[in-house]
Amino acid sequence: MIIIRRFWTGNIASAEGALRAGCNFYAGYPITPSSDLMEYMARELPKRGGVFIQGEDEIASINMLIGASIAGAKAMTATSGPGFSLMQEGIGLAVMLEAPLVIVDVMRLGPATGQATKSGQGDLMQSRWGRHGDQVLVVYAPSSVKEAFLLTIKAFNTAESLRTPVVVLLDELIGHLWEVIDVPEDIEVVERVWSSEPGAFFDSEVPENPPPMPKLGVGLNVLYTGSTHDGYGFRKTQDPDAHNKLVRRIHRKIYGNLDRIFIYDYHGEDAPDILFITFGSVSRPTTEAVDILNSDGYRVGILKLMTLWPIDYTVLKSFVDKSQIVIVPEMNLGQLIHDVKMVGGDKVYRFNKIGGGIPIYSSELVGYVKEVYK
Amino acid sequence: MISHPYLKYLRSETVPTVFCPGCGIGILMKAFFEALDKLEYSDMREFVFVSGIGCSAWIPSPHFKADTIHTLHGRAIPVATGVKLVRPDLNVVVFGGDGDIAGIGGNHLLHAARRNMDILVIMVNNEVYGMTGGQVAPTTPLGMKTTTTPYGNPEHPLDTCSVVASAGGNYVARWTVGHYDQLVKSFIEAIPKNGFRFIEVLTPCTSRVSSRIGLSPAQHIKQLIKDSILIDKTEGIKLEEIGKKYVIGVFKNVDNPGYIEMLRRLGR
Repeated sequence: MIIIRRFWTGNIASAEGALRAGCNFYAGYPITPSSDLMEYMARELPKRGGVFIQGEDEIASINMLIGASIAGAKAMTATSGPGFSLMQEGIGLAVMLEAPLVIVDVMRLGPATGQATKSGQGDLMQSRWGRHGDQVLVVYAPSSVKEAFLLTIKAFNTAESLRTPVVVLLDELIGHLWEVIDVPEDIEVVERVWSSEPGAFFDSEVPENPPPMPKLGVGLNVLYTGSTHDGYGFRKTQDPDAHNKLVRRIHRKIYGNLDRIFIYDYHGEDAPDILFITFGSVSRPTTEAVDILNSDGYRVGILKLMTLWPIDYTVLKSFVDKSQIVIVPEMNLGQLIHDVKMVGGDKVYRFNKIGGGIPIYSSELVGYVKEVYK
Repeated sequence: MISHPYLKYLRSETVPTVFCPGCGIGILMKAFFEALDKLEYSDMREFVFVSGIGCSAWIPSPHFKADTIHTLHGRAIPVATGVKLVRPDLNVVVFGGDGDIAGIGGNHLLHAARRNMDILVIMVNNEVYGMTGGQVAPTTPLGMKTTTTPYGNPEHPLDTCSVVASAGGNYVARWTVGHYDQLVKSFIEAIPKNGFRFIEVLTPCTSRVSSRIGLSPAQHIKQLIKDSILIDKTEGIKLEEIGKKYVIGVFKNVDNPGYIEMLRRLGR
């Protein structure tokens, strides 16, 4: 394996990951702390034969992505909380049209304008549930510059193989963190499955395998619609079976591939008394706290989730069941904790910190463990 | 059996269409097909039609035998932009109503015109939100009663053509469905052009307006024709004297480089 050493921020790594994955269309709107990712794409994409456009707003940008995706591009945008909110209706359309695309949300502090330059993790629930209706998509969360690179590639591959929008949930601390990383050269890239033959482009006998995407301009007379449709794209706005079938198939397409989608990393004692469950930047001080506590004689571990949606609750429970107490540190007022509580109940503790983008320090977590675990 | 000459552009299983009896959309569709026929398109393989939400969004989807993308309310223009940027070889056309294009999607309209994006936007203006029951629209005349302006509309209507022509674009025209030949001519002029093209087509909303003001669809179309004034005849006339008239005609017909051409010139 050829490896190239690079000094990148999380935002640059995400952009580079996108380019390696074959991204050839970017539309976005300036917003802190994601603008530098967009500027990078504005410079690099045209050099590599892609198209960059700055939309008049985030609503335009996400809808440009949908058009580009349907027309054949691997499309991406990056934004932050307020822009992510504006994109939600468009992301829902991408779910319904089964248009592959990637949205990077570099999280800042909200609600509203909040603290625009400061890091937070408050968009977890928005990334999962921001759209109306019964919808599902995939959310990845990097906790390092290298993961920003690799998970953006994975996001594109998942988007293409499952015909779905995918969110990469970065937080500002990772987006603007500089790290030296070893970039592998041989990267697996999933290419889109196209069809130039007439067929049902919105139905699949095996729901886990999405139908191929139809080529435009070859006389297939493709019918894309955000309304409930049958396998051929005809609107079925009154038919209960059509809606039930379509929406359940889109769900099965994602959940049926949960074993491929759900990824995580574990570090620490094999059967820990104390288990931390984290995502994103908080994983870093938590890993440090785990090492400190283990050298102090505690038996501690950290389960870092790299997939935030959908969650494999069987896997989550297997980790939670092995420990005495579980602590969920988050830079929000408690969002990931709901998943952990569901499988762990009363032995699950929260640790929340918001404001100023000040990270959770390892010393705080060490102190907290010594307080709650006696 | 004699079949309709323009059935080649329609999905036969979708006719008769879903539109209300007397709706001007039928005339508009025929005018569009006649233009395609005169431009010698045997089919619509080279076209992608993008639409938002509303009656007019249903013109291409599912009726047109072509690639069609039926999107969100107001967002047809950015979706069309994405398609065009990736497939500049295709002729990308947006159909939408006044609420869809000038109301909720107004910002996209403005910026697509400014960019001289290489798409044709056909805005069907019936001066109300028809599909949802006849509510006031950004194009509703001052004082007109609608379901959400039961005491009369306190707002001024948007002169979309003037706004678009100021924002940019290569072609801007407005006709009523009563100006059939002129409309066909405008389609013939606009379809092959590069850059942003905008054609507004005034039509009665027979279900929500004509019936309420006591006009038959035909009478309502006649009224629209009567209330129109050709843009060539407005020169030197003060705006207030034009009054409630619909200014019709070709507002703009230029050949500035479109967005795709600008990308090429910038070496992209």
